[in-house]
Amino acid sequence: MVELLFWPALLAYGEAAVAYLGDARRPGLAGRLATWGVRIGWLVQTALLAVQAARADGFPWASWAGSLNLFVWLVIAAYLIWGCSARFRLLGLGVMPLAVALFALAHAGGGTGTGRASGYSNLFLVLHVGLVLAAFAGFTVAAGLSALYLWQERRLKRRDRSILHLPAPSLLALDELAARTIAVALPALTLGIVVGALRLRDRGGSFDALMAVTVVTWGVYGAFLALRFGAGWRGRRSAYLALAGFVLVIVVRLALPVTHFS
Amino acid sequence: MSRLVLVGISHHRTPIELREQVALTAEQARQLTARLGRPEAVCLSTCNRTELYLADVDAEAAEERALAALAGDVHPLAYRLVDEAAALHLFRVAAGLDSLVPGEGEILGQVRTAFELGTTGPLLGRLFRQALHVGKKVRAQTAIAESPASVSAAAAALAQQVFGELAGRRILVVGAGKVSEQAARNLISRGAEISFVANRTLDRADELARRLGAEALPLERVEEELPRADVVVSSTSAPGFVLAREQVERALRARKGRPLLLIDLAVPRDLEPGIHELDGCYLYDIDDLEGVVAETLAARRGEAERAEALVVEEADEFRVWQASLDVVPAIASLRARAEEIRARELAKAQNRLSERELRAVESITAQVVNKLLHLPTVRMKEAAAASDGLVYADAVRHLFGLGEDEA
Repeated sequence: MVELLFWPALLAYGEAAVAYLGDARRPGLAGRLATWGVRIGWLVQTALLAVQAARADGFPWASWAGSLNLFVWLVIAAYLIWGCSARFRLLGLGVMPLAVALFALAHAGGGTGTGRASGYSNLFLVLHVGLVLAAFAGFTVAAGLSALYLWQERRLKRRDRSILHLPAPSLLALDELAARTIAVALPALTLGIVVGALRLRDRGGSFDALMAVTVVTWGVYGAFLALRFGAGWRGRRSAYLALAGFVLVIVVRLALPVTHFS
Repeated sequence: MSRLVLVGISHHRTPIELREQVALTAEQARQLTARLGRPEAVCLSTCNRTELYLADVDAEAAEERALAALAGDVHPLAYRLVDEAAALHLFRVAAGLDSLVPGEGEILGQVRTAFELGTTGPLLGRLFRQALHVGKKVRAQTAIAESPASVSAAAAALAQQVFGELAGRRILVVGAGKVSEQAARNLISRGAEISFVANRTLDRADELARRLGAEALPLERVEEELPRADVVVSSTSAPGFVLAREQVERALRARKGRPLLLIDLAVPRDLEPGIHELDGCYLYDIDDLEGVVAETLAARRGEAERAEALVVEEADEFRVWQASLDVVPAIASLRARAEEIRARELAKAQNRLSERELRAVESITAQVVNKLLHLPTVRMKEAAAASDGLVYADAVRHLFGLGEDEA
């Protein structure tokens, strides 16, 4: 059953990734096909997650590959909030190939199969893994928005003659949305870290490298919000800071979980 | 059958000196079509073209009448098109494919006005309704009209690229000439409100500010308003810079990172080029904007290929419809003859049948007539589209003795 759901979801995401490329070359029908690909893929993946949860009778995404599966679902859910608007389709050009690659990786690692419930309590996993992954999904979308901001800003600065060719979100919208996404994601990360720290204090255990990098990531995004709302950081500087934070998210997400989940 | 005839001149071959000789106001166009409109006439007169569309059974006579109606020395330059070619031409015009700027939107309104002022019947009515449909379809299904086609429109589109919605943005217009006003009006058309108009002569600033619903400022107070402005559009005849980099730099400190778009439409330039290097400032001068417009026009031309295909499809549809007019009289006569026979036979049977039976027979005979004539009607229309329509129509007239007194 899960196999039956994984392939259509991957196919729909793949179709969306290719169609976004087509939309960048000639906006129109390809963009609409891409949007439908994302929607259908996300719905099928939702069904996949539901089947996984039902089979495991709990939270089956505590493994590295399983969490990657959930992470992809969360990233696309966050993207879908604006991604269906024609002006934000360019963002899909960055998000969907990444989602396809990570989803395939999750499958290769066994994260899309019938998972087993972890030894941890479901409540802890939902609060800790769920919230941290939701925050990371938000940071990923914010990074996409920031990268799009920098690309668009560079074109304006270079007085690119084709600046009006592609329907892209305005600079101000990209800047605001990236900040708003981070403002929502950071409290989720904070709560996820606090739940993890409380459990660490109660049950014992050592402070590993993943935790250290996660705290640094929290610090970077905390600084982002402080500088934005305190010192009026906007535009290019703020976009670079969001991307710096995302580098840490990648490190946490892909490199270090091996130690944390072992 | 009514033939469609077009006689006209346009910017392609006729210089403005000659075009203005035959240009007509709306009222003149209405009077002309009323005079020519036997049975149908429409006059489309814009700054780029004056065209007369006539429907008449005698195409040559209609052409002569149209040529005679065009005043001035334009006859050698006038084009003459009939039927499908004339329809294709009008559809291209309505789609903006015959305009100087491909896809420009104004022409569709002008075609609508011409239609409303014309004397139309079945042929020109159908032609112009379809032309308006083609114009809308091309703009909806292709991107031909999406990108800006003038420097002012490009400036407004750039403002949207930076700020998104322009409603609530503070626009500062420097200079009170025509160029400033045109740029301001383009911004207004995209939802912006003009906050200030600054000019060396306050009276002129005041005059334009009143027209735009803004506040007038002396030129010296521009720097003061810079921290609050989002877009600055400048077009003065000042010999030097109206705004220097240092002035903008000072204003930026109070802007808390908000971007500032500066549009310099003046030659010599009003805004010091170094402003563009400042973080969060985007300065576009007339050359930059012309570059953007050239690129968007190239994109429009690319879309024009797709639009042409849509227009050709529609012209073919019109051709089929117009050809079917060849057989319409024969079909109408045939149906009338059948109906006449049916009514006569029913009248004969009236005394022998009850009211209920008569109703049943009426219904059955009507169905029989309809079913019997359906296939010949369809076949005649198909034959008309393949240009055999008249042969079929004659055959039907002969076989059924249409137009002859019944023995």
